[in-house]
Amino acid sequence: MSRILVLFAHPALEKSRVNIRLAQAAKSVNSLTFCDLYESYPDFFIDVATEQQLLTQHDIIVWHHPMYWYSCPPLLKQWIDLVLTHGWAYGSGGRALEGKYVLNAITTGGGEMAYHPNGFNRFPLRQFLIPFEQTVRLCRMSYLPPFVVQGTHRMNNVEIEAQAERYATLLRDLRDDKFDLDAVGRVELFNQLL
Amino acid sequence: MQSGSFFYIAFVYLAAAVVMVPLAKRFGLGSVLGYLLAGLIIGPEVLGLVGEERQEIMHFAEFGVVMMLFVIGLELEPSVLWRLRINILGMGGVQVVATTLVFFTIGLAFGLPWKAAIAVGLLLSLSSTAIILQTLQEKGLIRTPAGQSSFAVLLFQDIAVIPILALFPLLADASFVQPVADDAPFEQQGWMNTLLGIGAIAAIIVGGKYLVRPIFHAVAKTKLRELFTATALLLVIAIELVTSSVGLSPALGAFLGGVVLANSEYRHELESDIEPFKGLLLGTFFISIGASINLGFVAEQPIFILSAVLGVMLIKGMILFAIGRAFRMGIDQNSTFAFALCQMGEFAFVLLTFASRYGIFPEELSGLLLVITALSMALTPLFFLVNEKMVQPRITAALAKDIAPDVIEEKNPVIIAGFGRFGSVVGRLLKAKDVGTTVLDNDADRVELLRKLGLKVYYGDASRLDLLQAAGAKEAKLLIIALDDPEQTLRLVEEAQKHFPHLALLVRATDRPDAYDLLSMGVKHVYRETLDTSLRMGADAMQMLGFRAYNARNIAQKFYEHDEKALRDLADTWADRNLYISAARERIAELEQLLRADGFDNDLNFDKEWDSDSLREDVLKGTFK
Repeated sequence: MSRILVLFAHPALEKSRVNIRLAQAAKSVNSLTFCDLYESYPDFFIDVATEQQLLTQHDIIVWHHPMYWYSCPPLLKQWIDLVLTHGWAYGSGGRALEGKYVLNAITTGGGEMAYHPNGFNRFPLRQFLIPFEQTVRLCRMSYLPPFVVQGTHRMNNVEIEAQAERYATLLRDLRDDKFDLDAVGRVELFNQLL
Repeated sequence: MQSGSFFYIAFVYLAAAVVMVPLAKRFGLGSVLGYLLAGLIIGPEVLGLVGEERQEIMHFAEFGVVMMLFVIGLELEPSVLWRLRINILGMGGVQVVATTLVFFTIGLAFGLPWKAAIAVGLLLSLSSTAIILQTLQEKGLIRTPAGQSSFAVLLFQDIAVIPILALFPLLADASFVQPVADDAPFEQQGWMNTLLGIGAIAAIIVGGKYLVRPIFHAVAKTKLRELFTATALLLVIAIELVTSSVGLSPALGAFLGGVVLANSEYRHELESDIEPFKGLLLGTFFISIGASINLGFVAEQPIFILSAVLGVMLIKGMILFAIGRAFRMGIDQNSTFAFALCQMGEFAFVLLTFASRYGIFPEELSGLLLVITALSMALTPLFFLVNEKMVQPRITAALAKDIAPDVIEEKNPVIIAGFGRFGSVVGRLLKAKDVGTTVLDNDADRVELLRKLGLKVYYGDASRLDLLQAAGAKEAKLLIIALDDPEQTLRLVEEAQKHFPHLALLVRATDRPDAYDLLSMGVKHVYRETLDTSLRMGADAMQMLGFRAYNARNIAQKFYEHDEKALRDLADTWADRNLYISAARERIAELEQLLRADGFDNDLNFDKEWDSDSLREDVLKGTFK
């Protein structure tokens, strides 16, 4: 059994349609740690020691957030900047996170077709996630293919519910070690394995 | 118009006060001097508008002193009184005994019989509660160490009057035939007197504790305001009657009555009911003192009398100063203390009447003492002025010289004026990052404590130019003003802007009107002391009701920006306001204006951020490409 830590970042959850359901789904999974960053650190004053301790206590870290301007909301970036310190997470002697796995769980307003050389975002989604992937690599962790919920603007409630259920199932299966994590790296998106 | 009629006398007194007091205040002389001058002018020596009835009026007006002590008692809780006990017994006791001894010796040297010399010593040891407390209050000095010590000594003197009055008959010359005992009660035997006195005090304490409150409760229920005033007056008059019938000082009795009621729920009501009567009577009292100054007598031998007055005041002042030193008062406070208490008091008039009744000393001496007493009281407000305008600045300059070297050596970039609950937090924050700060504070106790803790804190009124200079205002970059008193803040801002224009000012404001004043003076960095905390509380309340933490903070932050902007917008109109709107009505009007503005103002739109509705609409319509 793997210990999962979900780091959730959404600055305006009160206006969210999709992420609020995904967050609820994640919280419904047993033996999983759910951390609501904007609720914990509304002043962007992150408790680095606590966050680092949380990381060492888990095997799989999930960065759960909507895509804003091809990146994560600023508090998650702040978290990355402050918590992943040199000499602890990376650099010589920085081996605290070695062997752990990181998963991006993200939502995008645009649909699958938008992330295509002919779509209006022009590049595949994975390309926008390269900074996250490389961050994970530098910290001696493995980057799992991202779980994505796309085309949220057009989603109706039934579809949203289905996506939430898929997300919960993914987290449960990760917890119960149903995937060979060292082999999943070959697919583009985690969605293809569900 | 009949010259002796009540209305005529009232007219003369009131007119004199209405003309002279504003004039005196206009010239910075204080109300007491205004009243005294008014009295002098209408007195028999100048205009002669008042006649012999002035003695009677003075005795009646002395009741104002009783009322004043009642009001002071109301403001002093028993615990505060207990804290002052060392000052009362120590300073007061030493002052009365030492002053009496010195003047006793001088009296003997001038060939007075020892009994008369004792009487003169006792008489000269007392000071004027009425003038001192009125002046201290007017100048806002009552809570300073000097004010508290003055008060303690005066309180002891008021207590000392009781045994002194009992002692006077014993000082009578044996050859002098005692007058037939009239209604005066002091001729009773000493021990009987003491017993009655204790009984009266007990009656005041017990009555105040158990009787007065139910009575006021019943009266308050009638909801007739004038009845409440009547009851308050009745209470003070009852105390006066009880105490004077047993030979106690009514002032002391009233003071005790006040202290007993200090914790009661009717305290503020009582205070505001008695206040106007107190003020009027005290004014009348000062006027009658002014009127009783016998200028003709002074004119006969002006140099002798003036040197006698100044000599007595100098000796009293020196004794007071020595006491202040012994009790470790700072030199600035000690100076105020000595200047305040160096005159003779209203009790001297009473004692002089007694002395002549018992023939304790010759009539000429009695007349001389009367003039000295009245003149010394009249001089007191002037002495206060001398202290304020000439002595204090020199002391500050001298003290500043002492601190100047190490301050300037440090060349601290920050000066903090006021290290109370506000300034101390700022100071601690800056100290945490080793920002060099020079702290100025005018609370002597606080300065002493902070210095003991190893902080560089200097005593003094920061609005004084010389002290600012000594604190290194020329080299500093920032002046942080966190004083408790808004008026002092304005003075300091003015001084700093005039003499140190390079200093960036960060100024604490207590409330909106205060902030308006500062903004209109051109201060850019104004900090309303409770704004941030209130908004934080509001945000926490929202969070507890289910708002997202980040959202609640954002709303509070927006509100803050909006409110600061509104403050700056409204500051311009502030100066044009009608000055005569009462402060409370102004507050309410202000609040109304703010609440209305909040509702319609566009910059309070909380809902634009992270709103994807328009984007979504665009996508769904297929218009977003």
